[in-house]
Amino acid sequence: MAQKSIEVVDIRSEADIVGARVRAKAMAEALGFGYMDQTRIATAVSELSRNAFQFAGGGKVTIMPVDGEGRKGIEIVVEDQGSGIENLDLALKGGYSTAGGLGLGLSGSKKLVDEFNIHTEVGKGTVVTIRKWL
Amino acid sequence: MERVSIPILKTGDYLITSPQVALHDKMAVQFKDDILRRIVETKAKGLVFDISAIDIVDSFLVRQIGEIAIAANIMGAQVVVVGLRPEVAMTLVEMGFSLKGVHTARDLEKGLEVLGKTRKS
Repeated sequence: MAQKSIEVVDIRSEADIVGARVRAKAMAEALGFGYMDQTRIATAVSELSRNAFQFAGGGKVTIMPVDGEGRKGIEIVVEDQGSGIENLDLALKGGYSTAGGLGLGLSGSKKLVDEFNIHTEVGKGTVVTIRKWL
Repeated sequence: MERVSIPILKTGDYLITSPQVALHDKMAVQFKDDILRRIVETKAKGLVFDISAIDIVDSFLVRQIGEIAIAANIMGAQVVVVGLRPEVAMTLVEMGFSLKGVHTARDLEKGLEVLGKTRKS
Protein backbone atom coordinates (compact mmCIF):
# COMPACT_ATOMS: atom_id res chain seq x y z
CA MET A 1 0.00 0.00 0.00
CA ALA A 2 1.39 3.36 -1.02
CA GLN A 3 0.31 5.11 2.16
CA LYS A 4 1.85 8.53 2.48
CA SER A 5 3.79 9.08 5.65
CA ILE A 6 4.28 12.17 7.77
CA GLU A 7 4.88 15.50 6.06
CA VAL A 8 6.26 18.55 7.81
CA VAL A 9 6.00 22.06 6.42
CA ASP A 10 7.80 24.97 8.07
CA ILE A 11 5.85 28.20 7.94
CA ARG A 12 8.28 31.05 7.44
CA SER A 13 6.59 33.09 4.73
CA GLU A 14 3.19 33.68 3.19
CA ALA A 15 4.10 31.35 0.34
CA ASP A 16 4.58 28.56 2.93
CA ILE A 17 0.90 28.94 3.91
CA VAL A 18 0.01 28.01 0.34
CA GLY A 19 2.61 25.21 0.48
CA ALA A 20 1.07 23.75 3.64
CA ARG A 21 -2.44 23.68 2.23
CA VAL A 22 -1.29 22.18 -1.08
CA ARG A 23 0.47 19.35 0.81
CA ALA A 24 -2.54 18.81 3.10
CA LYS A 25 -4.87 18.67 0.12
CA ALA A 26 -2.59 16.22 -1.70
CA MET A 27 -2.45 13.90 1.30
CA ALA A 28 -6.21 14.13 1.82
CA GLU A 29 -6.70 13.17 -1.82
CA ALA A 30 -4.23 10.28 -1.54
CA LEU A 31 -6.10 9.00 1.52
CA GLY A 32 -9.35 8.94 -0.41
CA PHE A 33 -11.12 12.12 0.70
CA GLY A 34 -13.47 13.64 -1.88
CA TYR A 35 -13.30 17.19 -3.30
CA MET A 36 -15.52 18.66 -0.58
CA ASP A 37 -13.44 17.29 2.27
CA GLN A 38 -10.14 18.05 0.53
CA THR A 39 -11.26 21.67 0.30
CA ARG A 40 -12.44 21.76 3.92
CA ILE A 41 -9.13 20.32 5.14
CA ALA A 42 -6.97 22.61 2.98
CA THR A 43 -8.98 25.69 3.97
CA ALA A 44 -8.64 24.86 7.69
CA VAL A 45 -4.88 24.40 7.22
CA SER A 46 -4.72 27.75 5.42
CA GLU A 47 -6.45 29.55 8.31
CA LEU A 48 -4.39 27.87 11.02
CA SER A 49 -1.03 28.34 9.30
CA ARG A 50 -1.84 31.98 8.66
CA ASN A 51 -2.55 32.43 12.37
CA ALA A 52 0.86 30.94 13.15
CA PHE A 53 2.52 33.22 10.60
CA GLN A 54 0.70 36.41 11.56
CA PHE A 55 0.67 36.06 15.32
CA ALA A 56 3.84 34.10 15.98
CA GLY A 57 5.99 34.94 12.96
CA GLY A 58 5.87 31.34 11.81
CA GLY A 59 5.45 27.79 12.93
CA LYS A 60 5.32 24.19 11.86
CA VAL A 61 2.60 22.16 10.19
CA THR A 62 2.66 18.37 10.50
CA ILE A 63 0.34 16.37 8.27
CA MET A 64 -0.18 12.65 8.77
CA PRO A 65 -2.61 9.80 8.20
CA VAL A 66 -4.33 8.43 11.32
CA ASP A 67 -6.12 5.23 12.21
CA GLY A 68 -8.70 5.05 14.93
CA GLU A 69 -11.33 2.49 15.84
CA GLY A 70 -11.36 0.97 12.42
CA ARG A 71 -11.56 4.24 10.53
CA LYS A 72 -8.98 6.17 8.63
CA GLY A 73 -8.42 9.85 8.58
CA ILE A 74 -5.99 12.70 8.44
CA GLU A 75 -4.45 14.62 11.31
CA ILE A 76 -2.82 18.00 11.07
CA VAL A 77 -0.91 19.70 13.86
CA VAL A 78 -0.16 23.41 13.56
CA GLU A 79 2.19 24.69 16.21
CA ASP A 80 3.89 27.97 16.93
CA GLN A 81 6.01 29.48 19.64
CA GLY A 82 4.32 32.83 19.71
CA SER A 83 2.75 34.69 22.56
CA GLY A 84 -0.25 32.37 22.89
CA ILE A 85 -3.90 33.37 22.79
CA GLU A 86 -4.97 35.36 25.82
CA ASN A 87 -8.69 35.16 25.33
CA LEU A 88 -9.26 31.77 23.77
CA ASP A 89 -13.03 31.74 24.28
CA LEU A 90 -13.36 34.99 22.41
CA ALA A 91 -11.05 33.83 19.61
CA LEU A 92 -13.05 30.61 19.20
CA LYS A 93 -16.34 32.46 19.18
CA GLY A 94 -15.40 34.31 16.02
CA GLY A 95 -15.67 37.89 14.92
CA TYR A 96 -12.57 38.68 16.95
CA SER A 97 -9.95 40.00 14.54
CA THR A 98 -6.57 41.38 15.38
CA ALA A 99 -5.25 40.92 11.84
CA GLY A 100 -6.36 41.51 8.28
CA GLY A 101 -8.86 38.66 8.03
CA LEU A 102 -12.47 38.37 9.05
CA GLY A 103 -11.85 37.27 12.63
CA LEU A 104 -13.41 33.95 11.70
CA GLY A 105 -10.29 31.92 10.96
CA LEU A 106 -10.18 29.89 14.15
CA SER A 107 -13.93 29.48 14.63
CA GLY A 108 -14.38 28.80 10.92
CA SER A 109 -11.70 26.15 10.67
CA LYS A 110 -13.19 24.38 13.69
CA LYS A 111 -16.45 24.00 11.78
CA LEU A 112 -14.69 22.33 8.85
CA VAL A 113 -13.18 19.37 10.70
CA ASP A 114 -14.39 16.49 12.90
CA GLU A 115 -12.02 17.04 15.80
CA PHE A 116 -10.43 20.27 16.90
CA ASN A 117 -8.12 20.61 19.87
CA ILE A 118 -6.29 23.72 20.86
CA HIS A 119 -3.69 24.13 23.52
CA THR A 120 -2.37 27.59 24.13
CA GLU A 121 -0.08 28.98 26.77
CA VAL A 122 0.47 32.69 27.11
CA GLY A 123 4.11 33.47 26.42
CA LYS A 124 4.84 29.99 25.09
CA GLY A 125 2.75 29.34 22.01
CA THR A 126 -0.19 27.51 20.55
CA VAL A 127 -0.74 23.99 19.25
CA VAL A 128 -3.84 23.21 17.22
CA THR A 129 -4.61 19.60 16.31
CA ILE A 130 -7.35 18.84 13.80
CA ARG A 131 -8.68 15.55 12.49
CA LYS A 132 -11.01 14.62 9.71
CA TRP A 133 -12.29 11.06 9.30
CA LEU A 134 -13.04 9.32 6.04
CA MET B 1 9.26 37.81 -3.04
CA GLU B 2 8.65 37.38 -6.77
CA ARG B 3 6.22 39.77 -8.40
CA VAL B 4 3.63 37.81 -10.31
CA SER B 5 1.33 39.94 -12.36
CA ILE B 6 -2.09 38.61 -13.18
CA PRO B 7 -3.57 39.78 -16.50
CA ILE B 8 -6.51 42.18 -16.25
CA LEU B 9 -8.09 42.38 -19.71
CA LYS B 10 -10.30 45.12 -21.09
CA THR B 11 -13.33 44.55 -23.29
CA GLY B 12 -15.53 47.55 -24.00
CA ASP B 13 -16.36 49.22 -20.70
CA TYR B 14 -15.48 46.17 -18.66
CA LEU B 15 -12.45 44.46 -17.22
CA ILE B 16 -12.03 40.71 -16.93
CA THR B 17 -9.54 38.90 -14.75
CA SER B 18 -9.03 35.24 -13.96
CA PRO B 19 -6.08 34.33 -11.70
CA GLN B 20 -4.68 30.91 -12.62
CA VAL B 21 -2.35 30.52 -9.64
CA ALA B 22 -2.94 30.28 -5.91
CA LEU B 23 -2.83 33.79 -4.47
CA HIS B 24 -0.81 34.00 -1.32
CA ASP B 25 -1.50 36.97 0.94
CA LYS B 26 0.96 39.51 -0.46
CA MET B 27 -0.02 38.61 -4.01
CA ALA B 28 -3.69 39.06 -3.16
CA VAL B 29 -3.03 42.54 -1.76
CA GLN B 30 -0.89 43.44 -4.78
CA PHE B 31 -3.57 42.12 -7.11
CA LYS B 32 -6.19 44.25 -5.35
CA ASP B 33 -4.05 47.35 -5.92
CA ASP B 34 -3.50 46.39 -9.59
CA ILE B 35 -7.24 45.96 -10.17
CA LEU B 36 -8.12 49.32 -8.63
CA ARG B 37 -5.38 51.05 -10.63
CA ARG B 38 -6.63 49.44 -13.87
CA ILE B 39 -10.18 50.61 -13.12
CA VAL B 40 -8.94 54.18 -12.84
CA GLU B 41 -6.70 53.94 -15.93
CA THR B 42 -9.36 52.44 -18.16
CA LYS B 43 -12.39 54.21 -16.63
CA ALA B 44 -14.02 50.78 -16.60
CA LYS B 45 -17.63 50.53 -15.50
CA GLY B 46 -17.34 47.00 -14.23
CA LEU B 47 -15.10 44.05 -13.52
CA VAL B 48 -15.73 40.35 -13.82
CA PHE B 49 -13.53 38.48 -11.38
CA ASP B 50 -13.39 34.82 -12.39
CA ILE B 51 -12.22 32.59 -9.56
CA SER B 52 -12.89 29.24 -11.20
CA ALA B 53 -9.20 28.34 -11.03
CA ILE B 54 -8.92 29.18 -7.33
CA ASP B 55 -9.41 26.01 -5.31
CA ILE B 56 -9.02 27.47 -1.81
CA VAL B 57 -10.72 30.64 -0.65
CA ASP B 58 -9.99 31.43 2.98
CA SER B 59 -10.90 34.34 5.27
CA PHE B 60 -8.03 36.49 4.04
CA LEU B 61 -9.02 36.18 0.39
CA VAL B 62 -12.70 36.73 1.21
CA ARG B 63 -11.75 39.98 2.87
CA GLN B 64 -9.62 41.08 -0.10
CA ILE B 65 -12.44 40.32 -2.53
CA GLY B 66 -14.87 42.32 -0.38
CA GLU B 67 -12.47 45.26 -0.28
CA ILE B 68 -12.00 45.16 -4.07
CA ALA B 69 -15.78 45.29 -4.53
CA ILE B 70 -16.30 48.17 -2.11
CA ALA B 71 -13.39 50.26 -3.41
CA ALA B 72 -14.37 49.64 -7.04
CA ASN B 73 -17.92 50.62 -6.22
CA ILE B 74 -16.80 53.92 -4.74
CA MET B 75 -14.96 54.56 -8.02
CA GLY B 76 -18.08 53.82 -10.04
CA ALA B 77 -17.33 50.26 -11.14
CA GLN B 78 -19.36 47.18 -10.26
CA VAL B 79 -17.59 43.93 -9.42
CA VAL B 80 -19.09 40.55 -10.20
CA VAL B 81 -17.37 37.44 -8.86
CA VAL B 82 -17.95 34.41 -11.08
CA GLY B 83 -16.92 30.77 -11.25
CA LEU B 84 -17.07 29.94 -7.56
CA ARG B 85 -16.50 26.18 -7.28
CA PRO B 86 -19.19 24.23 -5.40
CA GLU B 87 -16.73 22.95 -2.78
CA VAL B 88 -15.43 26.49 -2.24
CA ALA B 89 -18.96 27.90 -1.90
CA MET B 90 -19.88 25.15 0.58
CA THR B 91 -16.75 25.73 2.65
CA LEU B 92 -17.43 29.47 2.84
CA VAL B 93 -20.98 28.83 4.01
CA GLU B 94 -19.86 26.30 6.63
CA MET B 95 -17.26 28.67 8.01
CA GLY B 96 -19.84 31.41 8.31
CA PHE B 97 -18.36 33.69 5.67
CA SER B 98 -20.47 35.70 3.33
CA LEU B 99 -19.64 37.66 0.23
CA LYS B 100 -22.10 40.31 1.32
CA GLY B 101 -22.12 43.32 -0.95
CA VAL B 102 -20.40 41.39 -3.73
CA HIS B 103 -22.38 40.46 -6.82
CA THR B 104 -21.91 36.86 -7.90
CA ALA B 105 -22.86 35.01 -11.07
CA ARG B 106 -22.26 31.55 -12.41
CA ASP B 107 -19.80 32.25 -15.19
CA LEU B 108 -18.18 34.97 -17.30
CA GLU B 109 -21.13 35.25 -19.67
CA LYS B 110 -23.64 35.65 -16.82
CA GLY B 111 -21.26 38.03 -15.09
CA LEU B 112 -21.17 40.34 -18.10
CA GLU B 113 -24.96 40.13 -18.27
CA VAL B 114 -25.19 41.23 -14.63
CA LEU B 115 -22.93 44.20 -15.34
CA GLY B 116 -25.07 45.20 -18.33
CA LYS B 117 -28.23 45.08 -16.22
CA THR B 118 -26.88 47.05 -13.26
CA ARG B 119 -25.81 49.83 -15.62
CA LYS B 120 -29.25 50.17 -17.17
CA SER B 121 -31.10 50.21 -13.87
